[in-house]
Amino acid sequence: MTEIFWLIPFIPAASTLILAVFGKKLPKKYVSFQACFAVFASFVISAISAVGLLQTAHGNYPLVKNLFSWIQAGSFQVNLSIMFDPLSAVMALVVSGVGFIIHVYSVGYMANDEGYTRYFTYLNLFTFSMLILVMASNLVLMFVGWEGVGLCSYLLIGFWFEKHSAANAGKKAFIVNRIGDTGFLLGILFIIVHIGSAEFTAINEAISGGAISVGLATLIAILLFVGATGKSAQIPLYVWLPDAMEGPTPVSALIHAATMVTAGVYMVCRMNLLYTLSETAAQVVALVGAITAVYAATMALTQNDIKRVLAYSTISQIGYMFIGCGVGAYAAGMFHLYTHAFFKSLLFLAAGSVMHALSGEINMKKMGGLRKYLPLTYPTFLIGTIAIAGVPFFSGFFSKDAILTRAFAQGQYSAFYYFIWGLGIMGAVLTAFYMFRLVFLTFHGEERLDPEVKKNIHESPKIMTIPLVILAFFSVGAGYIGLPVVLGEKLNFFGKFLEPVIKEVHKVHLSIQTEWMLIAIAAFVAFLGIFIAYVFYIRSPLIPRNLATRFPTIYKLMFNKYYVDEIYNAVFVNPTIKGSEIIYDNFDLKVIDGAVNGTATATGFAGKILSFFQSGLIKDYALIFLLGVIIFLAYLLF
Amino acid sequence: MIPANYFLILSVVLFVLGAIAFFIKRDLITQFMSIEIMLNAANLAFITFARSANSPDGQIIVFFIITVAAAETAVGLAIILLIFRQKKTIKSEDIKLMKG
Repeated sequence: MTEIFWLIPFIPAASTLILAVFGKKLPKKYVSFQACFAVFASFVISAISAVGLLQTAHGNYPLVKNLFSWIQAGSFQVNLSIMFDPLSAVMALVVSGVGFIIHVYSVGYMANDEGYTRYFTYLNLFTFSMLILVMASNLVLMFVGWEGVGLCSYLLIGFWFEKHSAANAGKKAFIVNRIGDTGFLLGILFIIVHIGSAEFTAINEAISGGAISVGLATLIAILLFVGATGKSAQIPLYVWLPDAMEGPTPVSALIHAATMVTAGVYMVCRMNLLYTLSETAAQVVALVGAITAVYAATMALTQNDIKRVLAYSTISQIGYMFIGCGVGAYAAGMFHLYTHAFFKSLLFLAAGSVMHALSGEINMKKMGGLRKYLPLTYPTFLIGTIAIAGVPFFSGFFSKDAILTRAFAQGQYSAFYYFIWGLGIMGAVLTAFYMFRLVFLTFHGEERLDPEVKKNIHESPKIMTIPLVILAFFSVGAGYIGLPVVLGEKLNFFGKFLEPVIKEVHKVHLSIQTEWMLIAIAAFVAFLGIFIAYVFYIRSPLIPRNLATRFPTIYKLMFNKYYVDEIYNAVFVNPTIKGSEIIYDNFDLKVIDGAVNGTATATGFAGKILSFFQSGLIKDYALIFLLGVIIFLAYLLF
Repeated sequence: MIPANYFLILSVVLFVLGAIAFFIKRDLITQFMSIEIMLNAANLAFITFARSANSPDGQIIVFFIITVAAAETAVGLAIILLIFRQKKTIKSEDIKLMKG
């Protein structure tokens, strides 16, 4: 059965085609059935193939299906070939599995939307692109998927394009990603120039064979990482993700939390040999990840928009994944990606359920005390929050702990990694704090609902709540396939599974006491964050306000997101617009339009002169003809 | 045998007559006839040269020309007829549809 693995991305593709061509004529029920079924079929095949991978001997990785030769130029060749190895398997399972649950949820969430069919067409197209991204066997095909998900992200952020802010957010996401993609593309070109192939196997062989120098590896790795910062919303290109919340909530869950934004992490893990070769690049990755983790968390502290808090939290959590990659714990980074996909999409979908209940309200200041109105949304949201906060025995705890433990262990090489670890711990406190602030403000405390909204309050239909329950189940249980190494190497099944793809070199072993101590610290900081949130928002709700008035500068800075949008606008966007205007006024209007109009005027003038000869009288023409003949004869004869 | 020059002179005379008629006459039918005269002057020259060169090629070509000219005459007359229907005149000075 594993030989049909290459069908995984193409089932959603076929569904997209059908929906795009016949979608308008198909009944709504059929559209939702087909869209969900296509993704579910992909999931089933992924699962079968993954089981197949487990059974094959380690030497047989990866499964590759070469569909056809796409580009052939001299000795350089790019194939359209699909690859399935443990790393692809994890991603394909997450994309199609979580994707399927979100598709089902969307059936309920988007039920009354005019663009229902369009929505599912885009969503299937996204699934196809994302699966191509994670199953491509070379960088060029991966780039196709990379751009494909970017396009779908743009289309779905601007799904309600009649809303000005949504259209702008879509454009912002697209343009910011374009900046990152420039770096990514340059990295790919450098690889093609120096290695002569874009196939991952060839690249890995070349790197382990010492074909490229460390300096070159650093350059390529950092260029590729620029692409990752764009797609995965890291400093300095994270600004598009909070705005991307303008899209429908299930889209935020699927694209802007669980799958697409983690593509950068996948890419870094895929190129792990490169980042292992260049320590500088790995340190850059770790540093950017760590700073982003803390920085985004501080911005989440003061936001009142429920989805924006989750957006900043996503940025922060992806930062953790990059810490994992940067400190060499690629498997831990992937593990966090995998657990994060469950609890973050759960949080988004639950937030969507809250919005659904409150007629679209997203401001936490107008919520409060919702716990009794939403008997299913509340516990699932709470589970997601506990998981992301890193409370022991929930999935987020295991993955975050794996990353931080490794960061701490790397500290034996350089104090730099202790610094990274410290930032990670700080981020963990903040995460627990702002997530529980979100829960307390939304579901606990006094009701601050608008009376209008309160009249229509209702729990979401089953088709939306069942996905929440399933995701809640995984948010708790998903972590148990990757237990801390201290409990025994064998229990870290996830790491074992990825081992053939991820060659972790200098693995450091900590003493058992240190490992337990780190686990205790991780658990402690989670509870610390929760406790502070409890004190601030349940026991004495005056403290936050007092703090805000006592430190107005800091509060304003955080509330306005450090004015980064304003700075980017002032430094990059406005000068570009101003410059374009100047060029438009001077060059376009004067030079180009002048040249075009001048040509037209000159032609018209010449035509006016020549039209004198065109009298329309045949006699005149005959006379000219005769004169011509006479002149010709005279020339011939004399 | 009559020398070829005689035929050529006749051809030139016919051609010049046709040309003059074209320029001095005002109605399209007469102008059209004068064009035919010029055409046949050319045909005559063709045959003359064919005979003096002792080759049948020129005569064959003239047969073709006469055939095509018959068709062309039909088309030309039809055009003139249509012009008359539209403009109620066949005076060539009155027709300047193509004035630039």
